[in-house]
Amino acid sequence: MSHPARTVYLDNAATTAVAPEVIEEMLPYFSRYYGNPSALYELGQQARNAITDARERIAAHLGANPPDLYFTSCGTESINWALKETMFAYSQNGRHLITTSVEHHATTHSCDWLKKRGYEVTYLPVDQYGMVDPAQFEAAIRPDTVLASIIYGNNEIGTIQPLEQLIDVARRHGVLLHADAVQALGNLRIDVTKLDVDLLSASGHKFYAPKGVGFLYIKKGLRTRSFLDGGAQERKRRAGTENVPYIMGMAKALDLCMANFDERVTRETVLRDHLIKRVLAEVEHCRLNGHRSLRLPGNANFSFEFIEGESLLLSLEQRGIMASSGSACASGSLDPSHVLLAIGLPHEIAHGSLRLTLGRDTSRADIDYTVEALKEIVAHLRQMSPLYEDFVAGKKQLSARK
Amino acid sequence: MASYSEKVMEHFANPRNMGEIANPSGVGTVGNAQCGDIMRVYFDIDDKGVIRDVKFKTFGCAAAVATSSMATELVKGKTIQEALEVTNQAVCEALDGLPPVKVHCSLLAEEAIHAALWDYAEKNSIAIEGLVKPKSDIHEDEAEEEDY
Repeated sequence: MSHPARTVYLDNAATTAVAPEVIEEMLPYFSRYYGNPSALYELGQQARNAITDARERIAAHLGANPPDLYFTSCGTESINWALKETMFAYSQNGRHLITTSVEHHATTHSCDWLKKRGYEVTYLPVDQYGMVDPAQFEAAIRPDTVLASIIYGNNEIGTIQPLEQLIDVARRHGVLLHADAVQALGNLRIDVTKLDVDLLSASGHKFYAPKGVGFLYIKKGLRTRSFLDGGAQERKRRAGTENVPYIMGMAKALDLCMANFDERVTRETVLRDHLIKRVLAEVEHCRLNGHRSLRLPGNANFSFEFIEGESLLLSLEQRGIMASSGSACASGSLDPSHVLLAIGLPHEIAHGSLRLTLGRDTSRADIDYTVEALKEIVAHLRQMSPLYEDFVAGKKQLSARK
Repeated sequence: MASYSEKVMEHFANPRNMGEIANPSGVGTVGNAQCGDIMRVYFDIDDKGVIRDVKFKTFGCAAAVATSSMATELVKGKTIQEALEVTNQAVCEALDGLPPVKVHCSLLAEEAIHAALWDYAEKNSIAIEGLVKPKSDIHEDEAEEEDY
């Protein structure tokens, strides 16, 4: 394939580029302060002090008590830990868990795993925007419900759930609530104390830290056990030598995100709205998936009728644009994304979906270039599409009858 | 996303024989939109049974587009009997292979050609030796895939 003149990265919900300041922050902990934080000599204590500092910095951004943050290897680990160990720890109270039909696979597959072991799972439906109704959540709560797990900001369609209201419902019924904040952290202001959330998962590489580090917030007093068996790290709750440089990188990344939070989020939101407005105005037979305004600042998700997502992605790539799709072909399975089906899209429309996720480096020129490319590609693929041919023929027949 | 050979990408970027034929000798459509691919093939066949022209339209992934392009290339200028001998393996090989999850797309190309030939045979009330009535949906017998 020939190399395009320009590259535009619009897949920031998949991962982000590590910020240069973050790399800078991490470097000394590879070869200078390389000690094991569990070692008693100074080299070890330097590493221990570093992660204490990182924990305090991250906790400050979240309104959390530092000891309630546990470093993990990724968002998936945090979610697995939160769901499985909470259900085990409280199994005397019941074996029922409530979640939504728009969760990440880390949650849905953990639920499947629990179901095979005698737990029961209720999947809450969502409306056409991907929003959970707190009243439906309340109605789903049973005497044996232990935990609810809610994706705060949706990774595919960007919809932000009414988390405060859902937590309020959970509180009133004595149900614990885990928030999957993997996409939300860095994009929404989160105060775990004000929210009164019980567990919250996050992942560093979604906010300009490297892949391979995340954390789980566990409210003080909650019963849990180490998801990994081994040493006494993380107050005996997460065995395994701490990934010191990556933890330092994650702290720095969150510092950066919060330092210019309003400016960055406003800028991304304005650009996202510019993208949405242009695409909806300039491309026919296209719809926006997810909520119009209650959505993550960088997320735009469209469905283009009569075309298929993988062809769209590859055509974009030929123009240097990197994005993602919920089509089956793009994922390697037969079914399109469960999130797109949950919001009521028919299969053939879900196949033609495109997720564009902006980041701190996205420019207006990137967006305009992408819209122009999209217009050409969609027109080309429709020209090739038998579905579009039938649609046009149908329209001609209709107008001939008039 | 599947990783494709250069040839697949080349045919995807510059598909041969894309379009339609007005008043075709035969036309066939296979696949279904729910599974994500539909392929339509048009033939212009002369009275000696030679495929003078062929066009296609495809809704689907890059593999579906590339196999449509290659399959139409392979049957163009051939007799009906020769076209029947173009198998999905031949299409796959001509594209330097397809990722395993995409091999079913080459099946679709073969089916689309057979469907268009069937239409031609019906229109002309002839029987084509070795041609059986194609299924309208090649996915209908496919087993549900375990997703993890």
